[in-house]
Formats: sequence, structure tokens, C-alpha cells
Amino acid sequence: MAEIETKAPELDSGKREGDDRTFTINFGPQHPAAHGVLRLVLELDGEVVERVDPHIGLLHRGTEKLIEYKTYLQALPYFDRLDYVAPMNQEHAYSLAVEKLVGVAVPKRAQLIRVLYSEIGRLLSHLLNVTTQAMDVGALTPPLWGFEEREKLMVFYERASGSRMHAAYMRPGGVHQDLPPELVDDIYAFCDPFLKSCDDIEGLLTDNRIFKQRNVDIGVVSQEDGWAHGFSGAMIRSTGAAWDLRKSQPYECYDELEFDIPIGKNGDCYDRYLIRMEEMRQSVRLMKQCCERLTTTPGPVTVDNHKMVPPRRAQMKGSMEALIHHFKLYTEGYHVPKGEPYAAVEAPKGEFGVYLVSDGTNRPYRCKIRAPSFVHLAALEFLCRGHMLADVSAVIGSIDIVFGECDR
Amino acid sequence: MKRDSIPEVIAFLRDDARCRFGCLIDICGADYPERDERFDVVYHLLSPWLNQRIRVRATARAETPVPSIVELFPAANWFEREAYDLYGILFEGHPDLRRLLTDYGFQGHPLRKDFPLTGFVELRYDDELKRVVYEPVKLMQEYRSFDFLSPWEGMDTAIPGDEKAGEAPDRKGEP
Repeated sequence: MAEIETKAPELDSGKREGDDRTFTINFGPQHPAAHGVLRLVLELDGEVVERVDPHIGLLHRGTEKLIEYKTYLQALPYFDRLDYVAPMNQEHAYSLAVEKLVGVAVPKRAQLIRVLYSEIGRLLSHLLNVTTQAMDVGALTPPLWGFEEREKLMVFYERASGSRMHAAYMRPGGVHQDLPPELVDDIYAFCDPFLKSCDDIEGLLTDNRIFKQRNVDIGVVSQEDGWAHGFSGAMIRSTGAAWDLRKSQPYECYDELEFDIPIGKNGDCYDRYLIRMEEMRQSVRLMKQCCERLTTTPGPVTVDNHKMVPPRRAQMKGSMEALIHHFKLYTEGYHVPKGEPYAAVEAPKGEFGVYLVSDGTNRPYRCKIRAPSFVHLAALEFLCRGHMLADVSAVIGSIDIVFGECDR
Repeated sequence: MKRDSIPEVIAFLRDDARCRFGCLIDICGADYPERDERFDVVYHLLSPWLNQRIRVRATARAETPVPSIVELFPAANWFEREAYDLYGILFEGHPDLRRLLTDYGFQGHPLRKDFPLTGFVELRYDDELKRVVYEPVKLMQEYRSFDFLSPWEGMDTAIPGDEKAGEAPDRKGEP
């Protein structure tokens, strides 16, 4: 927990000479409210935060360096491990970047599956964030209720990809496998009862006096400051900016689906919580539309090009050419044209972008991952300065950071 | 784009009514060791009002600093620290150019192309010293790198025995 590290007022910035109440404490790296391995060096005047210095990188794994040494297909699973709360949204951004480079369009059914699973990812992320934010400010029941729903969603991940978290399911050129019809029915059946669970969680929090006291008017951002700090996602929408990449720069088939974008007014932690709750309801709306359309949209789930997507197992048993394609794809991979695409998706936490530099070989020359958590955490000092120490954990909870993608 | 004019160009893109690129999405480095100015600094900007994106690029050497744009966009602070950490690109006018992602006391810039994938040090918990110790990397197995270029597209490496190919016809005539 937070412990007093030094008490050296004479070493401070000098503007408060002789004031012996200013001291420095170390918050984390193992702190339950830090949402991972975040170390904060806080300079406090009494209980008021004067300076915040986040030390990140404790979960730095060199993902970008590793990707430079992998083929385009081998690089995909690294994206699951970035924001491990909503893995497929990251894969989606990477797949879009590679598809932009190669210049292929995925079939309609694959688009619907991608949207469906992106929205499941959004639910996974928001459920975790909303409920743990509640836990940071003192409520214990919401995480228990929320994690029950997350468990059901992870089973949907598992039934599609074979893995609860590290799915490697959305691949450049489509998705790995088609969904069985029972799974689509089960996801549809999940939707309406889930809205009831949303109501339950909201019943615990939205009008809760303690929750409101801890979140209303905490961590307020104006819209100009939000843009200047590079905010995206729920962070910028809480300031009243109607900005969502799914609406403003639509990818896949989001422009054919009906959904609304909730925006806030005050730009505080409470607005961000409300936005996330409403986004979950909109996600359920999108999921239902996807399920309905999936039952009436048969067809392939990958592009019909075996230079990029491996052939089916059954084809390989009979066709020599399919066997050669399979072998080449899993050893050499595919070569892509030269180019530098940037593809972004509206991940649950904000704009998740992938900037690829390709030199025409089978491996990316450079892969820059633009993670929303990184940008939002960079603004932590701006958000926390002048607040009380106890508000720091509320702000960290509301900016929704995951260290897998922040440290990369 | 000229390296020294970055702040003016970014400020123009941000403030001009026809651009309004008010949101800094990303700053990243890229390394091309074969060039004289080996680093690229790539800026991604977004105009939410006009719904446009733009990419601005400048080049730099390891020893020539790039003007910082923290004054224009506070979001640039960590991006520039990250580029400094991973590539060693210096940013002039940055208020606090420290390492960001790598370990405390880390040496070198890991995303440079001449930095090996395995790094130089590895660490383990020493049960006798009761602390984590740093040691030079010892690889149990040689790191494998494959030549993915198809033999039809041309191989860089010579096959053993290829050097005799030129000599062979002359020798045939000798005996």
C-alpha cells in the first residue's frame, strides 16, 4: 500500500520553502487501485496532490520489437496480449491495417462476426472497468455481479476461437472459423437478460450517494483540454464531443447498423461511468442486429485467396495445391506490398491504432501501436493535480487503463 | 519536411481554420540504419471537426535534436519520451526527457535495428543474495533467423561449392 518514502521538504520545487507538509509518497506498483503494475510518485501537500509522476513500463515486453521479427500472421497473437480485457478489438485494428495494405475487402459474414465480437469485447471491457471503478471507491457487490456476466461472454469467445482470452480469431482476410448456428442463437439469447443485469448494476451505483460523492465533479476535463491531450473514446465523449470512430469513420459494416452514441456534459468521472453503462446497452443492440443478420447471411468468412488465408483442412486432404499453400503460409507467410497504412478502431478504451511500415517482405518493418491507455495515463497529472489523494484512485479507475497495452 | 520547421507546421495545422488538426494521435520513430539521417519521426494528427487525418514526417540523426511540440500538444510529452527511450531521438525543448518504458538504468535504445532482439542483459532471482541480479544474456540455443526470400527471387547467401562454378569450365580443358 501507499507508504511514506521520503520527507524532504527542502528538496521540493522551492515554491513552498519552509512548508514541512509537502511530502512524497510511492503509490504502487502493487496496489489494488492501480489496475495493474502502475507506480505513481505522488507529491502531496497534506492530502492535496501537487504532482503526479507515473512510472510505467513494468509490463513492457517489447511487443513492437518482437513483431518486427515475425511474419504478418505470427504477429497477430501479440495483439491479444495488449489490452487483455478486450482482446479481439486489438486484433481487429491489426487485421484492418494489413487488409488496407494488401487491399482486400472481407466478406459480409466475416464483417458481421467481427462487429459482433468487437461489441462482446466492449462489454467485457466496460463490465470490468465500471465494476472495478466501483470497487475502487468502496463498493464490493458490482464486481461480483459484473464478473458473472463476463464469464458468460468469455464462454462465447471460447466457443468461437477455442480460447477464453487470447483468441487469435480475427485474422487478416477474415476470421479464423465460421460460427456454429447454435452459438449465434445463444448469443442472441444472452442479450435481453444481460440488459436486466445492466439495470441491476446501475441500480446499485447510479443513484448511490457514496458513489456519486466520490465521482461527481472529480477529474473534470474540458473539451479543448481533452483534444489537446489526445483523448478518445469515453474520455472525450464525456466532455460533450460527439466523436466515435464507428460513426465518424465507419469501418466494417457499422454504417449499416443502428446504434447511438452517448455523450456527457461535465467531463467528470461520473459522466464517464454513465457513458460506459449506456454504451453497453448500445453494444447489446448492435449484437442483436448482428445475430439477426448472421442467421440470414450465409457465405464465406474469409477472402477467397489462398495466398493469404490457408485452405480448409478438408481441401488439403485432396488437393496438392492446397497443401502447398498451407505449407507456404505457415512457414514463409505472405508478402505484402510496400506501404505505410494506419488503421484505427474504436476500442472500448478509445482509439486503438496500428501504424505499419511495410518494406514488401513477409515481415513488418515497423509496427507502432497507438494505445488509448497510454495517452490517457499521460494526462493523469493534469487530471489529478489539486485533487485529494483518495480521488487519484477514482480518476485512475475512470480513465480505464490496462497495462498490457499501456506498456506494450 | 524540414526538421526545424516542425513546430511551425504543426501549429499551422492545428490553428488554421482549413485544417484544425486539433488532436495529436501519435508520434513515433522508425529506424533506417542505412540512411545518413537514420531516424524518421512520424506525427499523426486528427481533425475531429473536418474528420480528416494527416501524417507529417521528418528525419533526424541520433545526435541532431528534433524540436519538441510539447508546448503545442501536451499529449506529445509521453510520445516524445517514448521515442527517446526506444530510438534515442533527442527532442529539443522537452521539459522532462527521461526514459519511459524500459527498466530503471537500462542502457541502449531497444527499437533500433542494430539492437539485438534478445537484448544484452537478463535477470533472475538469486536465492543466495536474496535479490534480483542482472547478467549478460546466455542463449541456450542459437537464435534462428530464416532466409524467407524465395530462391527464385534471388538468394543473398552463396551455396557452399558455388565459388567453384566459375572455375570448372577452364579446368575441363586442361588435361
